[in-house]
Amino acid sequence: MDLVAVPGEFVAIVGPTGCGKSTILNIVAGLRPPAEGEVRVLGRPLKGLNRHAGYLFQADSLMPWKTALENVALGPILRGMPPREARERARHWLAKVGLRGFEDRYPHQLSGGMKKRVALAQVLILSPRILLMDEPFGALDVQTRQLMENELLRLWQEDRKTVLFVTHDLEEAIALADRVVVFSAGPASRVIGDFKIALPRPRDVAEIRLTEAFLEIHREIWGLLREEVMRAHAG
Amino acid sequence: MRARVRLWQAGLLFLLVAGWEVSVRAGWVDAFFFSKPSDIAARVWEWFSTGEIYGHLWITLWETMLAFLIGTVLGVVLGLWLALVPTASAVLDPLIKAMNSIPRMILAPIFTLWFGLGVASKVALGVTLVFFVAFFNTYQGIKEVNPVVLANARMLGASGRQLLRHVYLPSAASWIFSSLRTSIGFAVIGAVVGEYLGSARGLGYLISQAEGVFDTTGVFAGMVVLAVFVVLLDWVVSRVEARLLVWRPTPGQEGGTL
Repeated sequence: MDLVAVPGEFVAIVGPTGCGKSTILNIVAGLRPPAEGEVRVLGRPLKGLNRHAGYLFQADSLMPWKTALENVALGPILRGMPPREARERARHWLAKVGLRGFEDRYPHQLSGGMKKRVALAQVLILSPRILLMDEPFGALDVQTRQLMENELLRLWQEDRKTVLFVTHDLEEAIALADRVVVFSAGPASRVIGDFKIALPRPRDVAEIRLTEAFLEIHREIWGLLREEVMRAHAG
Repeated sequence: MRARVRLWQAGLLFLLVAGWEVSVRAGWVDAFFFSKPSDIAARVWEWFSTGEIYGHLWITLWETMLAFLIGTVLGVVLGLWLALVPTASAVLDPLIKAMNSIPRMILAPIFTLWFGLGVASKVALGVTLVFFVAFFNTYQGIKEVNPVVLANARMLGASGRQLLRHVYLPSAASWIFSSLRTSIGFAVIGAVVGEYLGSARGLGYLISQAEGVFDTTGVFAGMVVLAVFVVLLDWVVSRVEARLLVWRPTPGQEGGTL
């Protein structure tokens, strides 16, 4: 397994279930040590947690005992910013993800899409150099999901962080990414395909799916991925 | 719905009390063994109107609060420690289980021997009861922390101490609070049983004195005062709980608004 992301690149990782896509993210995040080999972040070997990375989890990751505002302000406060200033910035970020007026709601009072927006603001407020995303929109319905994908592209466009985006949805991967990396079925999975996505930006994830160029790329990658999916199911 | 439940409750209570009163007055049961509600009410009234009860109530409340506070603090602290340090829990596990298996009432005479007839021996008995409730609930609460929330807090930059404050403690809070309501009951048991077995003041003493002279009215009156006392304490704790755990979804509320 050898994977290099160029700074500012949006890399999507696709593969059949059980191929270790999420494991890769956890290793890059420093949440678990690699079985062998090493992770280099900005040229330096990674020890402990990855301080340059923000992580958007697949499952609900907000603290249910904190309001939306408190959740977003948490990162800066943990890193030593005075609480007043942190809350001010959190207010700004909540507005930025379209949640003005929801500052004092607790997570259980928010819909699935809103929770994802709060989680996104919670991560982005720390302006990480690297953004790790583990099927963040997997649990959302199709409409909300496309909305969130466009939102993500809009925010990413502002400062172009390096993104590792794990998904099992090939269409989502192509619509969002500069590069799609295909993993083979596990165990002992490896990279079996690496595709540049030369679609123009800014993109609209709903519209781009209908273009000829998109379908062309989709056909090409799907040809490769289908076999792996079959193998994952057979095995 | 709520009103109907209240109505049923009131009706049931009335039926019980009236049935009791009538049975005694009709001579079906012996007043010497069972007393009767009107006498009991009169006795309770007498205690409060003469002010005789206040000293006893106060001492029982004081013992209860002390046992509750000391037991809870010890239980929460030890629960946190054992849940967060696996080695400590592995070493101490059999000891704690063994201690918890001792019927606490057996300790009462020993505590009287150690701490005398005063408040301290009752508090000690209450602490041995309260401690384990707080301990096991805190331990469980910490163990049940959502691993994704924990990983998220770590990625956001939380240090060990910050994890404790922002994740472990709030997460365990609902467990700890549900234990508090049980604990209050146990603290009262510790205080009253301690008084019952040897003291000069308190509700337990009052009941034991009445029993000593076959005064069943006094025994029942003591029980009534005790029951109301515990219900009031439980109400206070549940109000505090509701205030501190506003973030918790009430059943059916999950999923939220759009």
